[in-house]
Amino acid sequence: MDRGILRVVNLGVEVDGRKILQNVNLYIQKGQTYALFGPNGSGKSTLLMAIAGNPKYKIYDGRIIFKGRDITNLQANERVKMGLGISYQNPPKISGVKLRDLIRHCAKLGGTEDKVEEYVKMLKMENLLDRDLNVGFSGGEVKRSELLQLLLMNPEFVMLDEPDSGVDLENIAVIGEAINKLLERDKPEEERTKSGIIITHTGHILKYVDADYGVIMYRGRIACVGDPYDILKTVENYGYEECVRRCLRTL
Amino acid sequence: MPEDSLKKVGIEGDPSKRSASFMMVDNKPIVSFAKNVEVMSTKQALERYEWLKDYSWKLIEEEEGDFDGYFIRVPKGVKVDFPVEACLYLKRVKSQRVHNIVIAEEDSELNLITGCASERISGLHLGISEFYVKKNAKVTFTMIHNWKKKNEVLPKTAIKVEENGTFISNYVLLSPVKYLKSYPTAYLDRNARAVFSSIVVGFEDSEIDLGSRVYLNGEGSSAEIISRSISRGGKIVARGHIIGNAEGAKGHLECKGMILGSGVIHAIPELEARHPNVDLSHEAAIGKIAEDEIFYLMTRGLSRDEAISLIIRGFMDIDIKGLPEVLKREIDKAIELVEKALI
Repeated sequence: MDRGILRVVNLGVEVDGRKILQNVNLYIQKGQTYALFGPNGSGKSTLLMAIAGNPKYKIYDGRIIFKGRDITNLQANERVKMGLGISYQNPPKISGVKLRDLIRHCAKLGGTEDKVEEYVKMLKMENLLDRDLNVGFSGGEVKRSELLQLLLMNPEFVMLDEPDSGVDLENIAVIGEAINKLLERDKPEEERTKSGIIITHTGHILKYVDADYGVIMYRGRIACVGDPYDILKTVENYGYEECVRRCLRTL
Repeated sequence: MPEDSLKKVGIEGDPSKRSASFMMVDNKPIVSFAKNVEVMSTKQALERYEWLKDYSWKLIEEEEGDFDGYFIRVPKGVKVDFPVEACLYLKRVKSQRVHNIVIAEEDSELNLITGCASERISGLHLGISEFYVKKNAKVTFTMIHNWKKKNEVLPKTAIKVEENGTFISNYVLLSPVKYLKSYPTAYLDRNARAVFSSIVVGFEDSEIDLGSRVYLNGEGSSAEIISRSISRGGKIVARGHIIGNAEGAKGHLECKGMILGSGVIHAIPELEARHPNVDLSHEAAIGKIAEDEIFYLMTRGLSRDEAISLIIRGFMDIDIKGLPEVLKREIDKAIELVEKALI
């Protein structure tokens, strides 16, 4: 039986006429979590935006297959209804729209109306519900708000764009707990059905969430796939360029 | 009279929801009911009360012609719980000349909802309103307008707020109008406070020139002017002018505009300090709906139209402090009705 949930085939993406991604291939199975590494500007966020269906990110080549269906030309909200979920590194601030109103939509979509209270408490969001969306939120509050929305949407495939950046030590454990719940890392391996991609610049989050595979994005291409902790160590010691070179040599 | 066009402007005619109800159809005033508050036509009031001549045409220069309108007076210390409603309705005549006088005596409180609407496609509405907010009194004045495409509307409003008094004005215009020009002016005594909020939608061929002006004449007086303009066409001029004349006066102006498709929004915020110890500030911003905001909401499962509608609603949601829940609901209702027309 095909356990594949997301298949990215020969994907090319351009933004404002500039080619950012070329020939990206990715195959992710049910229950698997990938960590996505790469230097700034290598195309990590672009990949997530293209999978999520942001019209600003134009797909000039290739296809995205989700749960066996070609979603390359599907609207973002339709993809979300199929079970895709994305959290932003820097979500927009929207005045007048209360977080409470948005999480109501999320809970309805995910059928998690009965979980709202529990997740709000877990992520310590009680005091932020009546605030305008992301307006005046601290770095950690933004990330917790994103994860709250995702938990309620209960997606099958989770994309997290730097959930650990700008988060202080006190909050990172809470964020790790939320991600483990999202990706069912708190369940035994054979029971996991959720999968996802976590972009992490620093790798901090991998101390709390264990990923199955690591991938390096380098100059718009997937340059390396391997054990996430080995990759992280090599990058820390030798930098991206050397890590990619070593990786290519072992292929 | 079509009931739903009255409901659209907040007029219920229901004694269980309102303290008093006044209606002026063309040039004929009618008072349906009033409790705890005095309501009659201005002409009648001028005949009955000799002293009223000290209030009539004292804040606004007298104009020629036959005027009538509503006279509302809240006695000293009385806090009117339900809002008083007043409706000015243009039915058959070509033009309506209205002169209103509102007096909130010391320590009193009044919520006034006025709705103006028109059955005629074309017509001219001239409305003069003079407000007297006495010591420690509070008046909340909410105006919801529903004009027709060829109506011309030229209201003049002036407000005098005495020591520790509060005047709150909420203006909502969500329907097409040919021409509307209004620049209400408030004069504030010591520690008095004024808040003007407006939500205006401009449609094709509409010309709207709207602003508020506040003179901070008394020590410690303060003012806030908040405006939200949405353009679907036509032209909106959003003005604001705060004049700081006294020690410790504080004023803030906030003008925000959103262009949906076409049209012109011209924001003119003015601050004028005439005393060294005043604190005046303003912020103004005009733009279209940001695509990244729409996309963000779509990744939470909303359709494009639902996302746009939520953003517009958020844009129009000005958190007005001290606005009674019932009035907030009226404004929300009016916004709901126009929302679909905007997408």
